Parts: sequence; C-alpha cells; structure tokens
Amino acid sequence: MRNPLNSYIEAVPPSGIRKFFDMVAEMDDPDVLSLGVGEPDFDTPWHIRGVGINTLTEGKTFYTSNAGLMELRKEISKYMAKRYDVEYDPASEVLITVGGSEGIDACIRAMLDPGDEMIIPEPCFVSYKPCAVFAGAKPVVIDLKAENEFRLTPEELEAAITPKTKLVLLTYPNNPTGAVMRKEDLEKIAKVIIDHDLFVLSDEIYSELNYASDGPSTSIASLPGMRERTVVINGFSKAFAMTGWRMGWAAGPSAVIKQMMKIHQFAIMCPPTMSQYASIEALRNGLDDVTYMKNEYNGRRKFLLKRFAEMGIPCFNAQGAFYLFPCIKKFGMSSDEFAEKLLAEQKLAVVPGSAFGRSGEGFLRISYAYSLKSLEKSMDRIEKFIANHS
Amino acid sequence: MRERILTVLEKNARIKIDDLAGVLGEDLDKVKEEVNNMENEKVICGYHTIINWDKCGMEKADAFIEVKVTPQKGTGFDQMAERIYQYPEVSSIFLISGSCDFIVFIEGKSMREVAMFVSEKLSPLDGVLSTTTQFILKKYKQDGFMVEGPERDKRTEIS
Repeated sequence: MRNPLNSYIEAVPPSGIRKFFDMVAEMDDPDVLSLGVGEPDFDTPWHIRGVGINTLTEGKTFYTSNAGLMELRKEISKYMAKRYDVEYDPASEVLITVGGSEGIDACIRAMLDPGDEMIIPEPCFVSYKPCAVFAGAKPVVIDLKAENEFRLTPEELEAAITPKTKLVLLTYPNNPTGAVMRKEDLEKIAKVIIDHDLFVLSDEIYSELNYASDGPSTSIASLPGMRERTVVINGFSKAFAMTGWRMGWAAGPSAVIKQMMKIHQFAIMCPPTMSQYASIEALRNGLDDVTYMKNEYNGRRKFLLKRFAEMGIPCFNAQGAFYLFPCIKKFGMSSDEFAEKLLAEQKLAVVPGSAFGRSGEGFLRISYAYSLKSLEKSMDRIEKFIANHS
Repeated sequence: MRERILTVLEKNARIKIDDLAGVLGEDLDKVKEEVNNMENEKVICGYHTIINWDKCGMEKADAFIEVKVTPQKGTGFDQMAERIYQYPEVSSIFLISGSCDFIVFIEGKSMREVAMFVSEKLSPLDGVLSTTTQFILKKYKQDGFMVEGPERDKRTEIS
C-alpha cells in the first residue's frame, strides 16, 4: 500500500506539552497539583453565559455570514479603536475566527508561499512553527534571551532576516515567558520591519493581561506605518475566560483579510453562532470582569515573584499573560528532568520550558491561573523539592 | 491599601499574613499594622467560617424571623435591636425596609429549639408586635460561597 500521509504533516512532531499531560494523566492521583494549565481558572462571567443560553432558547442556531455577525465585527472594531488606538473597517478588515488559533493558521497560509521564511522568536506557544511548515514555508527561529527578559531586540531580528524573509511573528504578552514588549521596544522592531519591507503576525491574545499599566499592552499595529503591515490576532479566550467558546478574530489590511476569508469560508464556514452572540455581550458589558480577573492574576503574580525570590530561584518580573518563567539551571537538571522529578517526588506538575523551544531549556512555565490556595501549596512543594536537591 | 487588603481577606480570611503582603506587593510590617488598625476600628469585625453542618451529620435548624416592633422613644430601633442581639442564639440582625422592621437570623440545634426561642424569648419582649418564622430548608450559596458541590477544576490538566 502507498503511504497515505502528507509528508509535511508527518514530519511535524506532536506537541511537547502533550507528553507531559499524558504523564500527569497516567499518575491519576488526586494529590497531584498542577500549575500546567494555560487557560483562566475563572468561569465565563455569568452575564455572558446568560446571553449564550438565551441564544439557544431563542433559536438562534443558524449559520451567520462567513466573516461573522456584523454586529460583533462592529463591536470589535470599536473595541480596537478604544483600547489599542487602531481603526479597522468592520466590513472588510475584521474576520471572526474559531479562537485565535484559526486566525494564526489562516494568516500564515494567506501570506506565505512555499519557500518563504517566517521568523519565529522562541520560546513561544507551540502552534506557529507547525502552521508555517503546513503552509510549506520555512520557520526561522530566534532564540530569545533571558537577559533581555525574553523581548525581541532589533539586533536579533536583523540577524535572522534573509532575502526570503516575509513574515515576522510577534507574540506578546507571551506564553510561556509572560514577557511584554513596551511601546519603545516595538518602535525599534517596527523600524526594522519597515526597512526590510516585511510583515507582522501579531498574536495579541493576552493583550488585556498586561500588568505594566492599567490598560492593555501596546499593539504594534498602532505604530506609524505598521497598520498596513500587520495582521492582529486576538480573541475572547484569555481576557474574558471564554476558552471553550472558541472565539477569536483577525484584524488587518483588507487585502490580507480577503484571502484569509477564503480559507475560513471553505474550511470553517463560520464560528458557532451562540458563541458570537455571547461575544457581543462580552465586549459590551464585560470589561469590568476583565479588570477584576486581571487584578486577581496580578496579586498571584506578585505572590509568586516574592516566593521565588525568597527561595533564591531567579525569575524575571514578567508583566503579562498568566505565566512566570523561573530559571532552574542552577540545580543541574534539564527542564524535562526537573519537571519529571518534581511531579514524581512532590506531585506538582509544571510544564518544562523546553516544550516551547530550545531557548526555553533551563526554565519552567508556571501558570498562575490557579487559586491562591493552590499556589501557596504548590510553592511549598517546590521549596521542599529544591531543599532536597540543593 | 485598605481596600486591597479587604478585597483579599473577604474571600480568603485564612491567608497567611506574609502571603497577603506578597499578593499586595507591600511591606509585611505595613500590612500587619493596617490589618491591626482595621480590627481595632471594627472595619474588620471578625473572621467567620462558613460551615455546611449537614455534611458532618450535625442536626441544625436555621431560620430567619421577620420581627415587627414599636420603636422606642429617643433610641428608635437601636435599643430594640440590642435587646434582641444580646441573645447568643441570634447570629445576625438587620434593620430593613419593607413589611417588617428587623430580620433576625437564628441558628438553633432543632426546629423545636428555634420555636421555643421565638415563643419564650423573642415574642414576649416589650415592643415586639409580631414575628414570622421562616425555616431554611436548603442552602445553595452563602456569603459568596457555593454550599453544595465539590470545588473541582473543570479544565484539562495541561494545555
């Protein structure tokens, strides 16, 4: 029989996070604590769920237009103008997607030809590289550095550019490091992008969870000359605690959105109608919930930073998302080894930094999407663990 | 800083004081002092454990009692309230608007004990015009906490 498989897809290894998940599942022990989850611990705010329920009772169970409900696209457009100071035409520049993930895939496929290079600064979430490979493009990894607090520097970007470079990924606030790019950092990157005539895929799914200021993090699309070179990916999952609703959006120049729309139209049709209505409610009346959750996360973040400092585990002051990225190099173990032993000896699951790229080696991803009570217990376990291994 | 301390304590009164300081990103001594001050000023009136007595097989009968009274000359409702809340059986009492004057919460060992309290202690008080006793049959949510159902993480282990 012939090989039934597509060679590009076959060559991509399965997600590194998955391996660890399987280990935790295998233990099947109620005493296991986990700081591994990358989604909010809050339930979706009740008023948003209420709209979802009403949508069902009212029988709004049909397809919407491919791009998504116009009412929702208008709300997104207003939200982006107000929160990020960048304007998009809801009719031609906003596409509602199934979570941020669909937008990432559609954007990469709409923009890259086989052989084009896409620059991917790591550590980062696990989906970008495979999506580039699926599109036949070549991912070019930049290994970000702890001494820069995992921000991308213009020098690092310059060094990775070749004549084939077309698209640069920016994913801030970052999963797994929690790093945030400030406006002044983005300005330096924007200059390189414009000088080399490149484009940006800016995954801003964690933008609301920015502890450096009261508002969200800066969008690179809001900088002069960048709106026409940037596709912004954002969504409801992290900010509004709506992961299971699978709602995201892409906003960008109409020329790109139009092509992304084709992929979306033929592969997806439209996101679930119930979720779209709930998302309208989220944008109209849910920003106070976002602030509440952000304040909760921030308290936990400060608590963890203090505990890591007291334990003598170096951890930079990450000001975004809900992750810290402590460095465990001094214990003489790889990230994998540390995480495996921590799970076996103290029943605490964390994700090894190496699951997010080779530059994550020597670090752990600590999610603080957990109650303070869980975090207190977890930190006590880490303290015991390092006492046994110092 | 007060409001931030209270926001944390309201949901998690048992948090260790140095963890509280950690969460707020504030100096431990300052937080200790502020909590002390608030306790002294009765901003913080106490620390309460919400218990589901049913779960440990303890028979309890909780009731709230609507009480109509004649306000006393000079002291209004306050003196009446004091006469009622001095009884240890009374866990809470509120002056309310609407069809009665006070809502009194009683925690008794049995329905009979609550009934006896009302008929022998509360109703005969001078100034009490009428009482309506309403027993609590089932608690769903109390002081912001769900009474039933285990707290479990609904998320998959790692994502």
